[in-house]
Amino acid sequence: MKDRVAALLHQQAVCYRLQLKVLSTSAFEGFLAVLFPLMFATAALLVYRIDGDPESMQYAGLGAAIMGMWTCQGVVASSLLSRERWAGTLELLVAAPTSLTRILVPMTMAMSTIGLYSVVATIAWERWVFDIRLEIDNWFLFVVSVLMAAVTLATVGFFLSVTAIRYRTSWALGAALEYPGWLLCGFVIPVSLLPDWVQPLSWAIPTTWAMDAIRASANGGSPWADLAVCAATGAVYAVAAAYLGRRLVDSARRHATLALT
Amino acid sequence: MTSLRIFFIGGLMSYRAMFGWLSPWILIPSLVVSPICQILLFAYIGRSAGVRDDEFYVIGNALNYAAIPCLFAMASTIEGERQGRTLGIVLTTPARRLPLFLGRALPVIANGWGVAMVGVLAGVALLDVEIPSGAWPALVFVVVVTSASCTGLGLAMGAVVLRVREGATFGNVIFCVLLVFSGVNVAREDLPGWMASVGAWLPLTHGIEAARLLADGSNLADVTGLVAREVGVGGLYTVLGLLLLRYFEAESRRTASLERV
Repeated sequence: MKDRVAALLHQQAVCYRLQLKVLSTSAFEGFLAVLFPLMFATAALLVYRIDGDPESMQYAGLGAAIMGMWTCQGVVASSLLSRERWAGTLELLVAAPTSLTRILVPMTMAMSTIGLYSVVATIAWERWVFDIRLEIDNWFLFVVSVLMAAVTLATVGFFLSVTAIRYRTSWALGAALEYPGWLLCGFVIPVSLLPDWVQPLSWAIPTTWAMDAIRASANGGSPWADLAVCAATGAVYAVAAAYLGRRLVDSARRHATLALT
Repeated sequence: MTSLRIFFIGGLMSYRAMFGWLSPWILIPSLVVSPICQILLFAYIGRSAGVRDDEFYVIGNALNYAAIPCLFAMASTIEGERQGRTLGIVLTTPARRLPLFLGRALPVIANGWGVAMVGVLAGVALLDVEIPSGAWPALVFVVVVTSASCTGLGLAMGAVVLRVREGATFGNVIFCVLLVFSGVNVAREDLPGWMASVGAWLPLTHGIEAARLLADGSNLADVTGLVAREVGVGGLYTVLGLLLLRYFEAESRRTASLERV
């Protein structure tokens, strides 16, 4: 039992480290995944700055810092298996004795790590360019909430990566999810501002709850209820991804469509 | 006659062969869903910040998104030749370079125009935007001019990607620069002075300003100065692109780097 746990941890660490190396040396998936949301955050903050209300700037500054986490996960995770397909390694991953779930989870965790870097970079950018000093009431709870956002986003990324396995140009799907995610998760606009029929879509994304928890920790409230819902919705994505992943991969193998580009 | 044939038929063939986004699986998420979502994102940011009305963001972001096909399609009709190992063949033909490369721009301008108009129409349908019926013909004309101007920048970018391998990353960086500096979401008078000065030398800036004035009830005669400046900026980038193409062509012959990928 002890050996099996050690082997699992070793495999997870190797997959995580390798994927982190791949992402951090890729101009598109590393550099651009940080720069692109940073520029959109800049555009959003320029809009908020016109009115110059410090409270609004705090609100937007906090959300803008988290925006990049969505980009690092959504766009890259959607095309994760397509990239393996192009590289000719998808069959090897699927045929490996290690389950696809155990391979994909550390990979999406690596994406979330790039997302955490994006948070730090955006906070530094906001301070340097916009002179926004984020007022965080409880740093411990703030960090816990950001980490919860990272972990649950990794489960969303896991879900996206397996459901897009049959979509040959899944990078386009991932790119198209970027703006809806920014809208629905309430990063720079309150979810309550969206039309009523859209709001349930927001509630189905763990990042919406994580963002509420982040704001609560920054404003001196309790984030625990939001964090609990965030963890629960993240777990639903993980379970659904594990189930769908097995079904979709089996189907692709049965129809011999796994490697088709 | 040969030059005309190269301009029209060669340009269309090249666009159809090289611009891989024409597949509906890419075209719909990238050039229909994404521009609409970007418009909605900034319209809601504007509402949340209490700055400007929906029309301001619809016009700005719809025209901004025209830059995506203008930059990426233009670059791929040049870079794609290198990927396909046909660049050497194209450049050893006696065809005149002007119709050869400008011909590729014509379908791209039409594509950029189409994307911007989809954005404007979706904005009118989904948000509180009313554009006077008499303003539409002039608006359509200004969008054509702006797309042409952006395509000039795309031509310059296409020349640069003959030497820079990360074309997709480069294109996204330019798109972000246009988003922040061209008055897409913040009027030029509300931008910091140095940013407004940079914006004046970028495509989109004057076109967006002209389109907003038209949507507010001005007529074409009122915006001829802005349209002329947009044409001038676009012309400048087109000339720069042609010069860069000539330079990189000569340089790649000298250093045998034409097909180095």
